[in-house]
Amino acid sequence: MDSYSLRGDLLAEQNEQDLVAALRAGDETAFVALVDRYHPSLVRLARMYVRQPSVAEEVAQETWLAVLNGIDRFEGRSTLKTWLFRILTNRAKTRGERESRSVPFSSIGDPDEPAVDPDSFRPDGDQYPGGWKEFPTPWEGDPEERLLAGEARALILDAIEQLPANQRAVITLRDIEGFDADDVCNVLELSDTNQRVLLHRARSKVRRALEQYLGEVT
Amino acid sequence: MSCQELVELVTDYLEDAMPPEERRAFEEHLGICPGCVNYVEQMRKTVATVGVLREDSIPPEARESLLSAFRDWKRQ
Repeated sequence: MDSYSLRGDLLAEQNEQDLVAALRAGDETAFVALVDRYHPSLVRLARMYVRQPSVAEEVAQETWLAVLNGIDRFEGRSTLKTWLFRILTNRAKTRGERESRSVPFSSIGDPDEPAVDPDSFRPDGDQYPGGWKEFPTPWEGDPEERLLAGEARALILDAIEQLPANQRAVITLRDIEGFDADDVCNVLELSDTNQRVLLHRARSKVRRALEQYLGEVT
Repeated sequence: MSCQELVELVTDYLEDAMPPEERRAFEEHLGICPGCVNYVEQMRKTVATVGVLREDSIPPEARESLLSAFRDWKRQ
């Protein structure tokens, strides 16, 4: 079996028990597959708590050691992925506090942060108050395809980078890493509702950035 | 439900986190408003697009150092 397909199989959620068993048995292939898949994500998430990239890298590395040292005690009450990211956030938070960059993740910020510029809608007193002044137009084709062009990619990453840390953390875990809502609540210690509010704000802003970009290139 | 109200509910809608009544009102609005249909579609495409962003590169030094930490751990 080539190692790539082994890696794909091992990381599938339904094979988690095999993966845990392989780690406990000291299987290097399993460890490397896990590291290749999640290390960049861990570093990315750590960056939301600690300022310096080198510290984020350090926190991620420490997280792997904690995983190895704790794997025998892992009981599978959460998924391995959630457990891994929980260890990371706990450590990153501690480091962040020491660096005095603690992010109040539970606060959702400005209650009035509209998804779309209020100017896009008809005012009160209009025949259709709150209706579009101009209908949004369909995006031609799939922006995913255009993403292959580096420019769009950089633009979206930049839009995400501009988000407040808690919105950035939620959209990163949900939409980039593919976590489900429960996992995100668990990892970031958010309520269901706050998770959704943060996700909504984050996605709305990225949509705006994409709209602008697609408007310019077409 | 106005368009301006609808755009604030799109995530609840996509997450299936709406009371049935609200969902009905949302879908009724979509039935008569092409602008909001386009908007919801843009949000879906946004989610799909963000989903292809993940970059999988790990710096070789980090990989090396984790590998050697792993081998140390295994020897213990």
